[in-house]
Amino acid sequence: MSAGEQALTAMPGVPLALRGPASVRVVAGFGFWLFLLSDVILFAALFATYSVLSGSTAGGPSAAELFDKRHVFLETLCLLASSVTCGFGLLALHRTDARAMYFWMAITLVLGISFLSMEGTEFASMVAAGAGPTHSAFLSAFFTLVGTHGLHVSLGLVWLVVMLLQAATLGLQPMVSRRFFCFALFWHALDIVWIGVFTIVYLGAK
Amino acid sequence: MDMQVQGQGQAPGVDPHDSQGARSYLIGLMYAVALTLASFWAATTPLVYAPAVPVLLAALAIAQMGVHVSFFLHISSAPDQANNFLALAFGVFVTALIVFGSMMIMTNLNHNMMSMDELMKMQR
Repeated sequence: MSAGEQALTAMPGVPLALRGPASVRVVAGFGFWLFLLSDVILFAALFATYSVLSGSTAGGPSAAELFDKRHVFLETLCLLASSVTCGFGLLALHRTDARAMYFWMAITLVLGISFLSMEGTEFASMVAAGAGPTHSAFLSAFFTLVGTHGLHVSLGLVWLVVMLLQAATLGLQPMVSRRFFCFALFWHALDIVWIGVFTIVYLGAK
Repeated sequence: MDMQVQGQGQAPGVDPHDSQGARSYLIGLMYAVALTLASFWAATTPLVYAPAVPVLLAALAIAQMGVHVSFFLHISSAPDQANNFLALAFGVFVTALIVFGSMMIMTNLNHNMMSMDELMKMQR
């Protein structure tokens, strides 16, 4: 940003319309925030589907018979802890402390992988017990909702690995920092969706 | 280039010039763990009147979402966050419309329609 631009934008008396374009970080962050909200609306449709179909078990197992609350509690803690370690990683990135950033992001990656593997074992045991997505409308809705969240987490982990490689090869330049920043927003948003999942699907099971 | 000018509004997420960042994450973690424990407790305890449990769970979930939004995503109603806050408000509005609207319509439909068993009997 040039000195002239800065003088103009920093002046509190200058009307918003005359302050010039916002910095790239603000524009990218806001745009990504809008994408996240549209993603939440996608989940809203899946939640609505699940709520409507959760009683349609077609003589198969019901939600209360299938889910193990202790397992879900551990999954919840993994995702919550990974959200916080991701935040610490981002703060380390702002301090341009590369070692701390790699440390916290590696923990985020490990916690994300443990969450996914726990979800994977749960799905595999359900399918093995004959409660796969083809069994009833309830199970189709369950696998669609929780599977879509799991897919988001998997894509998030792929993104995190790509970002760690970019940090290693390109260095902690503003572009890489911005992408990390969007990743952190994505990761926090997934944790918020998971609150809805464990409350409605697992704890609300009748 | 990465310079943050207050007058241009603020992106969601932690402000790079905020030295209190770690503290906010730790406070958020504390609240989130407490609310998660409360949710799992409420779902299993016999102490809460059973028909009230879903409402209690909903309240705890909304509270925890609020904690995540303010302590992890750092969204607030501050003047330089007006864009973020308005976008969030619209997202919440559409989400509520989809979820509660669908539930209301489908409950009403199930209420007004003959049950599947009776329909099958009529066809025989």
